Amino acid sequence: MFFSQTLIVLTGTLLLGIASGMVGTFAVLRRRALAGDVVAHAALPGLCLAFLAFHSRSIIVLLTGALLSGLLGAISVSLLKRFTRLRDDAVQGIVLSVFYGGGIALTRSIQNHYRDEPGADLESFIIGHAATMMQGDVAQIAVVVAVTASIVVLLFKELKLLSFDEQFCQVQGWSATGLDILLMVLTAVTVVVGLPAVGVVLTAALLIIPPAAARFWTDRLSIMMMIACAIGGVSGVTGTLLSAHFDGLPTGPLIVLTSTAFFILSWIFAPHRGLLWKSREVTDLEMYLPWVEAGDDVPHPSTNSGPPIATQEVP
Amino acid sequence: MTSSDENEKPAIFDIHDMTVAYDRRPVLWNIDLTLRNAGLVAIVGPNGAGKSTMIRAAMGLVPMVSGSVSAWGSAIDGQLRRIGYVPQRGSVDWDFPISVFETVLMGTYGSLGWFRRPGRVQRDLTMQCLERVGMQDYAKRQIGQLSGGQQQRVFLARALAQQAELYFMDEPMAGVDAATERVVFELLQSLSDEGRTIVVVHHDLRTVTEYFDEVVLLNVRIVASGPVDTTFTSANLQATYGGRLSILDTMAEAVQKQEETE
Repeated sequence: MFFSQTLIVLTGTLLLGIASGMVGTFAVLRRRALAGDVVAHAALPGLCLAFLAFHSRSIIVLLTGALLSGLLGAISVSLLKRFTRLRDDAVQGIVLSVFYGGGIALTRSIQNHYRDEPGADLESFIIGHAATMMQGDVAQIAVVVAVTASIVVLLFKELKLLSFDEQFCQVQGWSATGLDILLMVLTAVTVVVGLPAVGVVLTAALLIIPPAAARFWTDRLSIMMMIACAIGGVSGVTGTLLSAHFDGLPTGPLIVLTSTAFFILSWIFAPHRGLLWKSREVTDLEMYLPWVEAGDDVPHPSTNSGPPIATQEVP
Repeated sequence: MTSSDENEKPAIFDIHDMTVAYDRRPVLWNIDLTLRNAGLVAIVGPNGAGKSTMIRAAMGLVPMVSGSVSAWGSAIDGQLRRIGYVPQRGSVDWDFPISVFETVLMGTYGSLGWFRRPGRVQRDLTMQCLERVGMQDYAKRQIGQLSGGQQQRVFLARALAQQAELYFMDEPMAGVDAATERVVFELLQSLSDEGRTIVVVHHDLRTVTEYFDEVVLLNVRIVASGPVDTTFTSANLQATYGGRLSILDTMAEAVQKQEETE
């Protein structure tokens, strides 16, 4: 074969890291970081039902089932939010655990009933099994990366506007709901193609950690996204190599641990936003302060210039 | 038809029978409001009167239970590109990775439409708008590194970049310093002189007579609306603010001052 197995897996995890960096950047900035986690967990029962319905081990069939139930999970979250008065986190927690619980029950019972059938080992989707990735899987991830990248490039202006100020997006006549759904579908697709490699439990980490680390380095959205893709891709590759080196250690967790290392390094060392820089800034400021004129021109992110003169608040 | 011009001309902005409710509790009830003239319009009323909700519902950001909103004689949904908006400062994440320039540039997105990227024309316009609010030196700053008043000016510049004919501004004077308040009012005045209509949700009753042409007194229903001279009266304020006499005491002074000047 042209590709050695390691090379296939490396390509797959690299591309996966890049795709996650793109959609993850929007997810993190829009405070929707956990939406990917909901989709991932909600995908499990759909995967099992697809297997039961078609008895196919074809990854396309399984992932279509996973995508549908993942999206169903995401829709359940928005419906529950609308019709109960529960907050985001509670609703997400409920949907995530109910779907995941159902999925675990189904995987176990499939394993018991179809012991001899090939592909019945659906439990491998729970923490993922990158080592068995095949050329077809990598091709799928490549398609997802290509489609996501083209949409992000074409609609960068619109997605940036939506992420920064959804209301302003809407009053300018853009369909905020349409763009929202588009981002949700892109996230769900990325999560689902990542399931075989990284697994239900850890896919969300790939969406969240690289963008969170990237935010430390820049104040520009486009650069943040590129850094997130780079950290995602490098973490994918490093995790895979580590897993190949230490026989038997699963790839998914190693990828997550690697990206966490990047996160910690960014948090400590990044200019302006990093811990080291901040401690330096405090001492600088002490020297600087006596020369600063108090007033409008002193920039400070957390201080507002006091409450307005609110005559109607007098009791 | 041309002879009966003024009355036949569609109103710039018209709300008909608007009712808005949160959890079945009405926050706006039977609102009818028509604006026919260019100028500065203040919306005032006590907290919880539905001032912000009224403009947000008019632009489709809050669902209406009933009613219709039109601008220049047709449904407002189709006219959004001619309308500018300054939201409350607290409505966005100021830690977002975006510069002052990019934020103001967003005002031009509406005129660009899908897919098209902002070009030289939009960038020049953005710089002009920044200059108009005195923020050109901050163009490259990340927006979180600004004071409250500066952030408000950025939002105003973004609205200017929309090049709209009708503006809705949600408390642009909230939490700003005196310098910014002056800049904002001068800006609003010049927009008004250019023949635009600016509807401002306003907090500070003391400045109403000084700066605004028309006033809308709102407390769930519209208590009164019209030119400041005839509408901003003690009786109407009493009806709007109810028994909160301490406010009326401070207001009596302002009204008196206004009556003296006439």
